[in-house]
Amino acid sequence: MNRSFLLCGVGGQGTVLASRVLAQTAMDRGEYAGTAETIGMAQRGGCVVSHVRTGSGINSALVPEGGADLLIGFEPSEAVRCMKYLKPDGVCIVSSKAVQPVTAALTGKRLDSAEMIAYLKKHISRVIVVDTEAICESCASPKVLNVALLGAAAESGKAGVSTSEIEEVLRKRLPEKLIDMNLKALRLGAEAASEE
Amino acid sequence: MRELLMGNEAIAMGALAAGVNVVCGYPGTPSSEVVETVAKRKPDGVYVEWSINEKTAMEVAAGAAYSGSRVLVTMKQMGLNVCSDPLMCVNYIGIKGGLVVLSADDPGPISSQTEQDSRHFGKYAGIPVFDPATPEEAYRMVQDAFELSEKLGTPVILRPTTRVCHNCASIEIEEVKSPEKPEGFIKDSRWVIFPRLAYSAKCRLFEREEGLSDLLSQYCFNTTAGKGKLGVACGGVSAAYTKDVLAELGADCRLLNVATPYPFPSKLAEAFLDGLDSVIVFEELDPVIEDALTEICGRKGLRVKICGKRTGHTIHAGENTHFIIKKQLSAFLGIELKEEIPDFSDAPELPARPPILCAGCPHRAAFYAVKQAMKGKKAVFCGDIGCYTLGNAMPLDMVDTCLCMGASVSVPQGMYHSENDAVHFGFIGDSTFFHSGITNVINAVYNKAEEIVVILDNSTTAMTGHQPHPGIGKTMMGDISEKISIEKILEAVGVTSVRVADPLKLEEAVDAVREAASEKGVRCIIFRSPCVALFKPDKKMAVQPEKCRKCQRCIRELGCPALSIEDGRAVVEPSLCNGCGLCAEVCGFGAIEEVRG
Repeated sequence: MNRSFLLCGVGGQGTVLASRVLAQTAMDRGEYAGTAETIGMAQRGGCVVSHVRTGSGINSALVPEGGADLLIGFEPSEAVRCMKYLKPDGVCIVSSKAVQPVTAALTGKRLDSAEMIAYLKKHISRVIVVDTEAICESCASPKVLNVALLGAAAESGKAGVSTSEIEEVLRKRLPEKLIDMNLKALRLGAEAASEE
Repeated sequence: MRELLMGNEAIAMGALAAGVNVVCGYPGTPSSEVVETVAKRKPDGVYVEWSINEKTAMEVAAGAAYSGSRVLVTMKQMGLNVCSDPLMCVNYIGIKGGLVVLSADDPGPISSQTEQDSRHFGKYAGIPVFDPATPEEAYRMVQDAFELSEKLGTPVILRPTTRVCHNCASIEIEEVKSPEKPEGFIKDSRWVIFPRLAYSAKCRLFEREEGLSDLLSQYCFNTTAGKGKLGVACGGVSAAYTKDVLAELGADCRLLNVATPYPFPSKLAEAFLDGLDSVIVFEELDPVIEDALTEICGRKGLRVKICGKRTGHTIHAGENTHFIIKKQLSAFLGIELKEEIPDFSDAPELPARPPILCAGCPHRAAFYAVKQAMKGKKAVFCGDIGCYTLGNAMPLDMVDTCLCMGASVSVPQGMYHSENDAVHFGFIGDSTFFHSGITNVINAVYNKAEEIVVILDNSTTAMTGHQPHPGIGKTMMGDISEKISIEKILEAVGVTSVRVADPLKLEEAVDAVREAASEKGVRCIIFRSPCVALFKPDKKMAVQPEKCRKCQRCIRELGCPALSIEDGRAVVEPSLCNGCGLCAEVCGFGAIEEVRG
């Protein structure tokens, strides 16, 4: 079965690793996988989007508008920016924590994460909000945000992938010393989704 | 074995599978990962280097190919201009070992100055161009390109675009073995370009075009399919989108996929055009396929309407997407789109997130120091290509011009000869200095220009992913090489005023600029501090809320992504802060202090 994922956030949040992990899980099942990521200049604090498509008969990795089964927002306002990609029955996983843009600091306006999440919920029937700040704190690293969101994605049932499949890929991809921390984040992310 | 490979990794693995002996290039998004992958995965017997610029890389490549090596030389589309001098001669001279020129184009553009289309260069130089639609095709085409290059004795261009270079796909790859040892250089008059030889080479280039076009009409990636009176022609990544859209629409029409835009597969295209009423062309950048089809219609007297960029049916600039092609193709085929696009016009205002210098970036400190030193004085700040182009963003606003690699040193010279009452600055990175800054410094010194050249030395080529350069002391073969000193180069070319300062020590940095500004001639300041992405910071900054007077000077003057405002006070986001301490130096109330990271 073909599946499409759209991951979006701000440069430096780890969207690239997350999309590669999703693609690898599909490949490990013997399926085709393709990804398209933002790399280069746009990464420096800019908006980043990763497309992932898995299954068969796929020519391009770019997810069409209205084509994503799952929208994984690493940042609430970026999830709103990418809502057009979600299928009408698609699920949105979103981090609760806003990343303040420099422009907001200069104008004195702070980005309100609650307003963004409320808007997502108004238009999307199933929104899973993950308290990534708490998970990152409990894992003692801001870098596990991506894996926590993958945990929630797996638990949502919409990703066609289980946490144990993701765990297997993480064990292969990550350096030894980072594995325990990331597996904890994966579990906490999955728990967050099951509580929704 | 199947692997999830990025297009650039696939190109590298394809070149290794083809038995490449020598790989060289200069970094440039979206091409940089090719050389890096070769360095990581090469078997014994493969030589790889980051050359100092694309012209040098092309000449190294030519020498290796003259000697029978299979060579891959890599660059982005702007780099193809830099090496056009050797390329526009090696096309005449020819080669012995296969020579593939990878020029990665950047529709959008996403990280380039222009939307230049390398396919024109193939036609201009009279050499074949391969244009893959996917990473899988890129893997195969680089191998086909080597075959064709050696068969014809000519360089061949492989032209992927960003969405091929940076997309990943699961690809079946062959095992990589050590390449065959090249024969070596054999002396022959054919290697020396003279007018008489150039004349016969020009004739040969012209005469081979038709036969080559016929050959490429048979090429497995140049294809036609479907039936009907309406046709779609496409190439590059647009072909992948078009196929997905056709499957989604369930539409049947004639389809032409052009994988070799030069020489254009004319016979295949004529067969495609035969019996059609009209054709829509999907391609990015310039109307290359569109013009080739129009030309065939003219030559063959075919009454087929060609719709594309020139007729306003498709976009003139920027990237194609699935959505754009779906809209344009369904309109062309007369298919009504059923689904409604949801209306998100009532969404809350979304923040603009332009790319910015990282938190703790020493370039921010360098720009800030120059800005402070030149406050109230007439000064012009010429930028260059690299991360520091981002110094143009508010609130720094320190890049008045940006043209091309190395121009930060030469543009101020021209300005000085036009207005001599301002202080003219050029800001150039360390890698860009080695690429094309040195010759411009020589020109400025010898011709008695007045300018201050600020060399932002962060000990890496940061923007493209931290490649080494001659100032670092490491090569891509893993060897240690004697570092080439920027100071000694400047001294040797006659710069008498050279200062080295740490930009993160604000007072020292501002003094260096003030002193330089009081002198005459070409003055150089080397601001030396490593890129923050290269090391793990051992400290972070934090705002002491009771000391913060809410003046927001740190925010207004620095534009650091780790700084934001909460209840009027500055706050430092610990996950972003790299502890450079510039905000603490700027704060007038001592409210920002160091904490252990």
